[in-house]
Amino acid sequence: MDIRSQISMVFHLDKCIGCHTCSIACKNIWTDRKGAEYMWWNNVETKPGTGYPSKWEDQNIYKGGWEKQKNTIKLRAGKGKGLLNIFHNPHMPTIDDYYEPFTYKYLDLIKSPAGDMQPTARPISLITGKPMDIKMGPNWDDDLSGTPDFARQDPNLKGLTAAEAEAMFQLEKMALFYLPRICNHCLNPACVAACPSGAIYKRGEDGVVLINQDVCRAWRMCVTACPYKKSYYNWNNGKSEKCILCYPRIEAGLAPACMHSCVGRIRYLGVLLYDADRIHETASCQETDLVNTQLSIIMDPHDLEVIRAAKANGIADSTLKAAQDSPVYRFVKTWGLALPLHPEYRTLPMLFYVPPLLPVMASVTQSGDEEQKKKLNKISKVWDDKWLYDTSMENIWGTIDEMRFPLKYLANLFSAGDEAQVKIRVKKLMAVRMHRRHVTVGDIPEKKAAEALGETGLTPEAADAIYGLTSLAKFDDRFVIPPAHREQALELLEDTGDLKGKAGFGTKQPPERGL
Amino acid sequence: MSALHNFLFIAVPYMAVAVFLVGVVYRYRVAPFTVSSLSSQFLETKDLFWGSVPFHVGMIVILILHLAAFLFPQTLLAWNSYPVRLLILEITGFAFGLSFLFGSMALLIRRVTNPRIRAVTTWMDVAVELLLFFQILFGCMIAVGYRWGSSWFASDLSPYLWSLVKLDPHTDALKAMPLMVQAHVVGAFLVVLILPFTRLMHLLVAPFHYLLRPFQLVIWNWDRKAMNDPGSPWNKHKPRNT
Ligand code: SF4
Ligand code: SF4
Repeated sequence: MDIRSQISMVFHLDKCIGCHTCSIACKNIWTDRKGAEYMWWNNVETKPGTGYPSKWEDQNIYKGGWEKQKNTIKLRAGKGKGLLNIFHNPHMPTIDDYYEPFTYKYLDLIKSPAGDMQPTARPISLITGKPMDIKMGPNWDDDLSGTPDFARQDPNLKGLTAAEAEAMFQLEKMALFYLPRICNHCLNPACVAACPSGAIYKRGEDGVVLINQDVCRAWRMCVTACPYKKSYYNWNNGKSEKCILCYPRIEAGLAPACMHSCVGRIRYLGVLLYDADRIHETASCQETDLVNTQLSIIMDPHDLEVIRAAKANGIADSTLKAAQDSPVYRFVKTWGLALPLHPEYRTLPMLFYVPPLLPVMASVTQSGDEEQKKKLNKISKVWDDKWLYDTSMENIWGTIDEMRFPLKYLANLFSAGDEAQVKIRVKKLMAVRMHRRHVTVGDIPEKKAAEALGETGLTPEAADAIYGLTSLAKFDDRFVIPPAHREQALELLEDTGDLKGKAGFGTKQPPERGL
Repeated sequence: MSALHNFLFIAVPYMAVAVFLVGVVYRYRVAPFTVSSLSSQFLETKDLFWGSVPFHVGMIVILILHLAAFLFPQTLLAWNSYPVRLLILEITGFAFGLSFLFGSMALLIRRVTNPRIRAVTTWMDVAVELLLFFQILFGCMIAVGYRWGSSWFASDLSPYLWSLVKLDPHTDALKAMPLMVQAHVVGAFLVVLILPFTRLMHLLVAPFHYLLRPFQLVIWNWDRKAMNDPGSPWNKHKPRNT
């Protein structure tokens, strides 16, 4: 057993309101530089949708992540293949797959000479400085579920019948949810594996994946290899950059900016302990059991055997304590509520999502509304609406079976198509709601609430704890950050914040292109 | 004339190599952040394919052939002693030379015509591309005009280069050569001279070690075994992946 500690995250999708505050917090701190304007280390996309960069999930285009091959795994971007493609990489997204960064010529509004026409602020490209037509933006498809250009091109619709997919986009049934994404700080990162220069590495102490910009030579293989497209190429200074999990903040005991600022309080951060000896074996597991195998590498921080191995490995007592208090461990392992995003990429992502209940909350069925109409008086406006939205909890799992999304869609996102994995989690979320409804409102009988809990294997205490951490959690409950022990690590003493705006990270030279 | 010749054929080569050595080491150690291939594929990818691939592939083969003639002149002459083999070598070399030329032209055109690429062009990029372009153009013209280059390079130019290496320069052979060949030789040393000041640095950091290293790379900032031992001293060295 080679126990290591990993700072990992849970995003509770039901709570995300799609406000993009997280993205702005991140941008203002890290990516408001030339060449990085187009980068959103944190982005929020609407699902169903194509995301950012467009269709990033389609690995036929981008060749990201790992592929199973007999008993092992193969990097899709490939080692030899990567070197052969070094002069021109056919699988790399270009700026148009993200969007061309732009601003407006605001000065024209006040500096234009008097004339017959109102002056306008024209959009200009931040690359060429010339006027341009805006064709895309970082969240261009915000809330556009159902549109032909975006939602219907979603790669996660694979495996759905045409009728099922079409039903998803019927106006009356349509639902959408937000998917905030940052780098997953994977245990088996494809970006690290694909970097020809060896510039990308995983920090042993906390598992943060970083790019040493002094070593990056702009081969751009990480951009291709990361299946989540969370490594970005700075077109101005010729270096790749990625989410650094705000490590300067984490080392100072602060939550990352996106998490700290999250309006919906959907984000949780904590330590997980895992067995590094089993990374390869876990990443090469059977197609049929991706989720369970990937979760099995996370070890119980209360297990004496694990604690002993962790100590032998130099994991600080304070980190062990943080692991035991970790909200992430509870969501992922204790309660089994959270799932990794696209486990089939086999990078072992360490960011987990509690699937959204929204598409499940109301079942939509077609029914006559004749009875209803009879009750209305003559002057009432009557819609010929044959859809019945049912938010009651009449029969326990009825809404799940008739949910507005086929479960398959969520399964394609969070469990490599395994519907049972999503279903049990959604059921648990429903059961907690029923239980709390029984406790606080009382219109659901105790027997029914208990039945729901019992069927999902939750105790009332666990349900209360889930409710507590979901709805009432304070800052310190959501973010359990282990002390960084700077006294042990000279590198951690460098005040990286000093370098912001001058040189990005890890370097004191200005980020200029040239020579 | 002789002073100018001595300057071009003796001083320039030594200067170039000296500047190259000092410059490369200095830049790599002091300003590693600036060492990058500065790829522009992210801004434009289709035209780059028709420029970058023929350019680099041609460059690699041509460089290897030149190096071979310099390092193993006798072997090359022996190979060339059969006309068929000579022809095969010359035609192959010329084909890759043309690909090199075509690539560098495509890259130049792309750099000038594409507004996005123009936005990331520095004067050094232009200088390098022009220098290389004329160097390749001359090379191709020499291959056509003064046959057979592979043989006389090995028999006449290689001794000149070796005399430089041995610090006992003999420039007579070069002095007798056509002007275009002389320009090509000086041009080559100019490329060596400016290399540390350009993006050509990426040639020297070509990532062959990638084939040998394991996929994953983990770096510890603290010594995890010693950490819980109060007797152990602090880390003195910053771990890094250079
Ligand atoms: S999500 Fe992050 S750690 Fe994982 S492969 Fe992508 S860039 Fe690397
Ligand atoms: S700040 Fe929070 S709630 Fe708002 S979009 Fe980001 S993750 Fe969602």
